[in-house]
Amino acid sequence: MLVWILFLLCQVGAPALAQDLCQRDAPNGYKVRISLKTALGEDAYEWNQSEMFFFQATMAFAMRRHFQMETYNVDNIILCVQTSRVSFWFVVTSPDNTTMLIPKADVEKAVRMSRHRINNAFLLSDRTLEFLGIYPTLAAPVNPDTPPWLIVFGVVIGAVCAGIIALLVSSLLQKRRKEKGMTEDGQDEEDMQVKGVENGINLDGTYNRGFTDDDRFTKL
Amino acid sequence: MPEEGMEDNKEGEERPKWNNKAEYLLTCIGFAVGLGNVWRFPYLCQIYGGGAFLIPYLIALVFQGLPLLYLELAIGQRLRMGSIGVWNSISPYLGGVGVASMLVSFCVSLFYNTIVAWVLWYLFNSFQEPLPWSQCPLNHNNTGYVEECVESTPVNYFWYRQTLNITPNMETSGSLQWWLVVSLATAWSIVYICFVRGIKTIGKAVYFTATFPYLVLTIFLVRALTLPGSSEGLIYLFTPDWEILKNPQVWLDAATQIFFSLSVAFGGLISFSSYNSQKNNCERDAVLVGVINSATSIYASIPIFAILGFKAHTNYVTCLNGNILALTNEFDISDMNITVENYEQWFDSLNGTHPSRVSDLKLKTCDLQTFLDQSASGTGLAFIVFTEAVISMPGSQVWAVLFFIMLFSLGLSSMFGNLEGVLTPLHDLKLVPKWMPNELFTAIICLLLFLMALIFCLGSGNYWLEIFNSYVGSVPFLIIAFFEIIAVAYIYGIGRFSDDLEFMTGHRPNIFWKVCWLVISPLMLFVVLVAYVAVQAQTPPTYAAWNPDYVNFPNTEVLPYPDWVFAICVLLSSVPVISIPLVAIYRLICCMSGRHSKDSLHNNPNPYANEDYVVELLL
Repeated sequence: MLVWILFLLCQVGAPALAQDLCQRDAPNGYKVRISLKTALGEDAYEWNQSEMFFFQATMAFAMRRHFQMETYNVDNIILCVQTSRVSFWFVVTSPDNTTMLIPKADVEKAVRMSRHRINNAFLLSDRTLEFLGIYPTLAAPVNPDTPPWLIVFGVVIGAVCAGIIALLVSSLLQKRRKEKGMTEDGQDEEDMQVKGVENGINLDGTYNRGFTDDDRFTKL
Repeated sequence: MPEEGMEDNKEGEERPKWNNKAEYLLTCIGFAVGLGNVWRFPYLCQIYGGGAFLIPYLIALVFQGLPLLYLELAIGQRLRMGSIGVWNSISPYLGGVGVASMLVSFCVSLFYNTIVAWVLWYLFNSFQEPLPWSQCPLNHNNTGYVEECVESTPVNYFWYRQTLNITPNMETSGSLQWWLVVSLATAWSIVYICFVRGIKTIGKAVYFTATFPYLVLTIFLVRALTLPGSSEGLIYLFTPDWEILKNPQVWLDAATQIFFSLSVAFGGLISFSSYNSQKNNCERDAVLVGVINSATSIYASIPIFAILGFKAHTNYVTCLNGNILALTNEFDISDMNITVENYEQWFDSLNGTHPSRVSDLKLKTCDLQTFLDQSASGTGLAFIVFTEAVISMPGSQVWAVLFFIMLFSLGLSSMFGNLEGVLTPLHDLKLVPKWMPNELFTAIICLLLFLMALIFCLGSGNYWLEIFNSYVGSVPFLIIAFFEIIAVAYIYGIGRFSDDLEFMTGHRPNIFWKVCWLVISPLMLFVVLVAYVAVQAQTPPTYAAWNPDYVNFPNTEVLPYPDWVFAICVLLSSVPVISIPLVAIYRLICCMSGRHSKDSLHNNPNPYANEDYVVELLL
């Protein structure tokens, strides 16, 4: 009988004890802040008791994943101080002894290990599902082997150098061709005059040099 | 006046010619339209009461800019020589004006291409996702972000640290930043490839460099007008504040802006027009170039300010969202109940009920006007303000690439004129040995300028560039232009000049041009010069240094110039223009000693003049 009464008292007292364990600014508790509308906008789901249960289940999973020997249950995650923000506090009790709280550091390790899974369970991100006090690890920067700007620079300078060489070579060739062309032209003119081809008409007879136009050599 | 024939066939070499008129006009327009049209004019418009600024600007264009432009194009076209040859021909005593032009063009080429190199560096870095100036890098042990970046902004950090690697003051020179040297080498290589065959290759290059900026500005205009907040930016820019016209500083800035914008007194315009045939209507060319330059300035300010309005709006919304988050978290209000629209009401009600908790949050005051007032000009506009705006636009890489290619073509087309103002006078002075081909000579000059510009790649390079910009790129030009107009209007004579113009364009200049050349423009130039020097003398010589250890960091620390630096500033302003009196004195001495200088042949083109029979009147 006495045992039966004690048992009844424990059942009644347990929730009250649980409330004492979980309170605002609990030493071993964490505050969780969820921003559904910021994350999902129009597709935001309603935060109700089922979601709270889901959170308890997720946290129990995270604790099990971290401490692989111990079997945590939904009852081991106690939630309180829920606001419409949505924000609430939670503490984790040990599966062996429901009055003993798991220290903050262990809870933090468990959360860090499964953070990605917890976020995905609720379709949220590090920014919209916040565990106040547990800072998200910064993403490591992508460091490519060659900086991209060096690649662009290489392409541009290669094109410019190729262009410079092409232009220089072509102007060199042009100059050589012009010089060759000029000497050949000079000879052709002399030959044509000597052979008496004036204006394309082949004149008969010998060419009289006394009447050549020498003015281009001596300017008065 | 030298005969036509003599100038064409010096040593049997023909003067190069423009392929067609379009190339010549595009080159002149490209030279005039430069970086200042994009990042100086909109700033002036903003601080001087928007639409009202256009009045002093247009007055300065009509009475000062266009006459000077017409004058330079005309004398270049008539005398068919670079700046040194032209001023030697007009009056041997004023040959120093040409030398001064060349020296100033040389100094400007040095720092202007460094700015082009910075643009190239940003362009190369725009081909990444995410853009490197959009986020702070992590520190050594990956625990957090670099402190200097967190205290200022990622955009500032990328500019001051990852680009310039700037030293805290001018005394510390720092070392050569290899990535800047590489960018500078690229810039000079591109300038060289465009100069390889002289105006043949320049003429081809300007088809792209002179027209592409307009395309990009139009694209930006269309894009910017669809962004939120753009209309606020435009209203802010163009709302006229007529009271501002009573401030003389406005008129001074309008005159100096039009003057530097048109790139007169560089000698580049004289060189470009010297490659024209003499029978070319340079009056129409001058008016066209001047009007297009001003129209470009006004057109460019529209997308710039639409985007700045968008940026101010984004900053305002970010500021408000920060406050909203703080209030939501503190009072556990449902997510997204406080929005930008009802923020005021929520704030008032919360402040009424819990004033102490609200004040503990230390909320920022978010005022759109404050964000709009954050004006910037010069490199600050391009590399800090605009890059920040680009991050918030969807598809940032595309906009960044477009913007920097536009700045690059603007800078490159202006570099053509700068370098031409150095090369053509050297050719005309016959300082080039005959065995050296033009390509080699151009390469040597480009290499020399590149090596000298390495000073701007040091840690303190930006400070030196500011000095060059303020002291070389300002007063010497005003002095040179003043002497130019006095030389042509009074020493050469407006009558002779009108005859030349009639020969070239087919009609004499009308009364407007004559009055401007004789009275209005010299007077305006003189007043602007005196006022500018007076204002400069009153402002203490200080510079803004980026010092992470400064107490008020991220504000820049205002430091005075060290004495030796200030001496260099004075030298930079005076050495180019000192050649004007020096050459005059030298010629005077030569003349008074009774020896005929070579220039008498220029003034007496008679090839039969036998000096033994000239009567020595100077005895």
